[in-house]
Amino acid sequence: MNFSKYVLFLFVASISLTSCNTKKTSKDQVTYQCPMECEGDKTYEAEGSCPVCKMDLALLKSKPILANTDEISDESIFNLTSKWNTEERDVIELKDLKGKPLVMVMIYTTCKAACPRLVADMRNIEKQIPENNNEDLQYVLISIDPENDTPEVLKAFAIENQMDGNHWTFLQGSMGGVREFANVLAVKYKQISPMDFSHSNIISVFNAGGELVHQQEGLGVDNKETVLEIKNLLQ
Amino acid sequence: MKTILRLMICILFSWITNVNCQSKMVSIKGGTYIPLYGRDSLKVIITDFYMDVYPVTNNEFQKFIEKTPKWKRSKVKSLFADDNYLMSWSSDLELNVNQSPNAPITNVSWFVASDYCDCQGKRLPTVDEWEYVAMANEKLQDARTLKNYNEYILSWYEKPKTFNNEIGSTFKNYWGVYDLHGLVWEWTLDFNSVLVSGESRKDVDNDSNLFCGSAAVGATDLMNYAAFMRYAIRGSVKAKYTMKNLGFRCVKDNNQL
Repeated sequence: MNFSKYVLFLFVASISLTSCNTKKTSKDQVTYQCPMECEGDKTYEAEGSCPVCKMDLALLKSKPILANTDEISDESIFNLTSKWNTEERDVIELKDLKGKPLVMVMIYTTCKAACPRLVADMRNIEKQIPENNNEDLQYVLISIDPENDTPEVLKAFAIENQMDGNHWTFLQGSMGGVREFANVLAVKYKQISPMDFSHSNIISVFNAGGELVHQQEGLGVDNKETVLEIKNLLQ
Repeated sequence: MKTILRLMICILFSWITNVNCQSKMVSIKGGTYIPLYGRDSLKVIITDFYMDVYPVTNNEFQKFIEKTPKWKRSKVKSLFADDNYLMSWSSDLELNVNQSPNAPITNVSWFVASDYCDCQGKRLPTVDEWEYVAMANEKLQDARTLKNYNEYILSWYEKPKTFNNEIGSTFKNYWGVYDLHGLVWEWTLDFNSVLVSGESRKDVDNDSNLFCGSAAVGATDLMNYAAFMRYAIRGSVKAKYTMKNLGFRCVKDNNQL
C-alpha cells in the first residue's frame, strides 16, 4: 500500500515537473527532433512521433543566448560590481559591456617595455578579425595604474595608438577594483616605482556572457588560437 | 524624558556590544625594512597601522556568513571561490563536529576574505605589512637573522594539521600579535604582486630578479628560506583558490581608527 502511494507520488511529481518544464521553454522557440535522427537534422515545432522509426520526438534544447537574457552565469565577470571610468568619461560597470565578446588586456600608459608590444598584440588580433565584425565585439584595455591613467590620459593614448574606434574601450578603476579584476584574470602586477609596474602579459577572451573562454600568455606569441576563439564567438 | 534615557542606554549598549564584536587589534609602528625581495637594496616603507591580534576564527566567520548570504557555500559564485570553499562545514551555516569555533577559518578565497575585512571597515594586509610584522619574535622586532626563529617556522611547515589548533596557541610576538607563524598561512591584499611562480616566468616582463632560477640570488637574505616558501605559495595561488591551511586576518589604516 505504502509502495503504491510512493509510486503515485513519484508519478504526480514527475508530471508536475515536466509540465513545469514545458511551460518554461515555451517562451523560447520549442523544437522537437527524432532521438534517432532518422531524418537527419529535421526538426518539428510540435510534439509527435518520428515518421520513420515511430519513436516519440524529443525536445531539443536550444543553446541559451546569454546576450538576450538578464541572467549571468556564476563564472561571469559581470558578477563584479566595481565601477569604472571609460576614456569617454562614462562611468560603467563591467556588465554594461555584456552582449558582445570581449578581448581584454591590462596595461598602463607610461609603460616603456612590455605594454607597447601588448598593445601591438591587441592590434594584431584586431587586424585578423574582419572589419565588419568590429561592431560585434569589444576590445577592452584596463589600466593597472589608475592614479596616473585618468580618462584624459587614456583618451590621448587611444588617439595616439589609433585605437579610438567604438570597438576600443579603455577603463580606469579604483585601486581595489583593479586588484580584484586582476585576480579574476590571474594577472599579477606590482608597482616598482611611481611610474613603473611589473606585470603579467595576458590577453583574455570572454564570450558575450562574460565567461572566460581563452587566455593568451606572453609577448608577441602566436595568436592564431586567440583569433580562432574570437571568430568562433562571432559565429 | 524616560524614553530618551532608555534610548541612550540602548544606544550605549549596542555600541559596547559592537565594539566587543570587533576583533582585538594592536597598533603597529611603521618603519623601513628590506623584505626578502629588496630591489637594489631598496627599503620598503611601512606606515603605522593596526593589525588583528588573531586570525579570523570559524565562529567569527560563521557570524559573517549569517549576515551575508551571498557567501554561503551553496550560494557562492564559482568566479569567487573554488569547489573546496568551506568544504569541511557540515552545512551552509554549521561547522562540523570536529571543528573548534576558535580555530582559524580556512578554505576561504581571497574574494571572501577581502569582503569580510571590508565589512568590518578593515582590509587585508599587504605582503609588505604582513612580512614586516611577521619578522618579529617574542622579543625582537626583526628576528630574521636568528637561527631558532627560522628553525621554528620551518619546523611548523613540517607539522601536519595545525589549522585545527585554536587561535592564540602559538607565541605572542613583539607587537602583541599571535599566530603569524605556526597556525595557518594567511591571505594578503596584494598576494598577486608576487611574481615567482613557474608560470609567471614566461609571461611577466621586468623584475628579472623575481624569476625562479634567479630568485634565490635576488633574495636579500639567502638564509631566509622560510620567507621564500611564503612568497612561492603567494605566487602560485589564484584568488578563488581555497585551501585547508590558508586563512586570513585584517588590518586597518592608522587614520581610520
